[in-house]
Amino acid sequence: MARPQRKFSTLKKQELAKTPTGIEGLDEITKGGVPKGRPTLVCGSAGCGKTLLAMEFLVRGITMYNEPGVFFAFEESSKELGENVKSLGFDLKKLEAQKKLVVDHVHLERSEIEETGEYDLEGLFIRLGYAIDTIKAKRVVLDTLETLFGGLKNEAILRSELRRLFSWLKEKGVTAIITAERGEGTLTRQGLEEYVSDCVILLDHRVNEQTSTRRMRIVKYRGTSHGTNEYPFLIDEEGFSVIPITSMGLAHKVSTERISTGVPRLDAMLDGGIYRGSSVLLSGTAGSGKSSLSAHLAAAACQRNERCLYLAFEESPAQIIRNMRSINLDLEPWVKKGTLQFISTRPYFYGLEMHLAMIHKYVKDHKPSLVVIDPISNFLDAGTLAEANAMLVRLVDFLKAEGITAVFVTLTSGAAKEQTDEGLSSLIDTWILLRDIELGGERNRGIYVLKARGTAHSNQIREFLLSSKGIDIQDVYIGPEGVLTGSMRIAQEAKTRQNQEVKSQESERKRRELDSKRKILEARILALEAEFETDAHETQALLDNDRVNEELRVSNEKEMRTSRKGDIVNNKKRSAKK
Amino acid sequence: MKTPKKTAAAKKETAPKKKKAEKLLLTLYVAGETPKSLRALENLERLCEEHLKDGYEIEVIDLSKNPALAKKHEIVALPTLVRQLPHPIRKIIGDLSNVERTLVGLQVNTLSN
Repeated sequence: MARPQRKFSTLKKQELAKTPTGIEGLDEITKGGVPKGRPTLVCGSAGCGKTLLAMEFLVRGITMYNEPGVFFAFEESSKELGENVKSLGFDLKKLEAQKKLVVDHVHLERSEIEETGEYDLEGLFIRLGYAIDTIKAKRVVLDTLETLFGGLKNEAILRSELRRLFSWLKEKGVTAIITAERGEGTLTRQGLEEYVSDCVILLDHRVNEQTSTRRMRIVKYRGTSHGTNEYPFLIDEEGFSVIPITSMGLAHKVSTERISTGVPRLDAMLDGGIYRGSSVLLSGTAGSGKSSLSAHLAAAACQRNERCLYLAFEESPAQIIRNMRSINLDLEPWVKKGTLQFISTRPYFYGLEMHLAMIHKYVKDHKPSLVVIDPISNFLDAGTLAEANAMLVRLVDFLKAEGITAVFVTLTSGAAKEQTDEGLSSLIDTWILLRDIELGGERNRGIYVLKARGTAHSNQIREFLLSSKGIDIQDVYIGPEGVLTGSMRIAQEAKTRQNQEVKSQESERKRRELDSKRKILEARILALEAEFETDAHETQALLDNDRVNEELRVSNEKEMRTSRKGDIVNNKKRSAKK
Repeated sequence: MKTPKKTAAAKKETAPKKKKAEKLLLTLYVAGETPKSLRALENLERLCEEHLKDGYEIEVIDLSKNPALAKKHEIVALPTLVRQLPHPIRKIIGDLSNVERTLVGLQVNTLSN
């Protein structure tokens, strides 16, 4: 309602007065409800829920807003009507007894009526006026007013009377809902949209590939903005619920709390687990352990005493429980305790919108903190790619807005491992990829974190092992031979160990060799020393010998000199020189 | 409009009666003294005088004074003439300007036959 403010300063931005319908979601897409004090036309083909919408409008008006209502049924008798809506928990008898509701069945049978001359519908006006006045009704429903055209022949009178009726309703100041059957190529069979020009809501019940989806659209709403899309709606035991796309946005709260995945090493890979309220995608090829991992996530939530909703589109709950037992994970106690709820349906059982609506409902009822959807790839069966996409976007937004951690499981085909069919990747906060590693004649499971927004996650591929003990995550062998897993990893590890053994033996041998060498050398040194010693001794002996000889010679000489009486002095000099 | 019950007993029953003659009980529903309702009453009275030989009784109900009866008696269009008796109930709507059709609608024996 952007109006130029300069000239019309007195005409302040004024929103149309609206009457809330009390119907889940409808008030959101109409931004407050239907126009107050004016008639609203609800049209649609047979069986699309017009009567129900109208009835809920009245009942909610009474129970939620204390606005009494009048229901004029042109098709069903009040008894039939009461029985039909009883399944929704609406007790019309009680409301009538409380003087909050008047149900009047207007019965017109052409064969019982003869027309002669001029007439008008004043009788209807009086009836309606009386009903409104007795309970001071604020809301009025005329359910399939067009039935009048079947009961009365004079169309000219009817049309002018209808025109009068609508202006009369406006004068009365009641908020009215008028239902009408949809015609070929027109909104209503009798062109009622001509008279009701303020708000027109179209209901639709479409069957696409054998699955039916109910949709609602605001065709026109004069004087106010409104959601223009087609919105899916649901009729169940609690009445109408419309799923507005507009109510979702990116304004949800975020948590910094990390929660465990139930697999400690995976938590380590994710730098401490996943953020609460984030969305996690587990993708992988067939048999790569997606369901097993998601079951661990669910069990971890239950262990934290949180509630978990597990939507299984491939397996029955009993089968999941049995299969998980084989990897040492017993889910049954949680199911019995009520913290874990399984919902198993086939994807093609409902249309996509219905699935979305059902998930909404289950989430509202069960109030889980973790939702597992296994798998989302099956939604493609229930609609086209674009539809599945739109639905998943809404689902992600819805769960995020509720602060629920969502785990989506998706099956990827062999080639496109890092691509989801649903194009979901941009919506996902944490993407854990499980993949088959085919090597050396066997397939092994590898796990890695493709992305984890806001965490310093590991960039390594780990081997993902499923055994009777549970899930185990192992480092893969990374060496000159490349990345090895499974028995090749084990073989390679053995080989490495062997190599190391050999190496250590070699060095031991070398050490010993050196040792012995040293010993030999030491022995040699000893021998040489001994030899030297011997030599030294010998030399000493020789020297001693020489000295003795000299002394002997000197003494001999002395003796000889003495005997010869020679000159002693000369001889002394000579020996000194020496 | 306060036309009271107007009973006009037939003078003499000339035609041989198969069973006990059933009294014709007619109710005319109107809303206020509108030209249409006055015309309807006028037409009805004349028609009864001229064509009905059996005993008949006309009751006029003004719904604007007695709105609760509209629901009770299943009235939609006005004016409506209802043949309460004999059963089954027959309804004729409009100002009864077409005598022929009114008589067909009432399915009564007329003086003419």
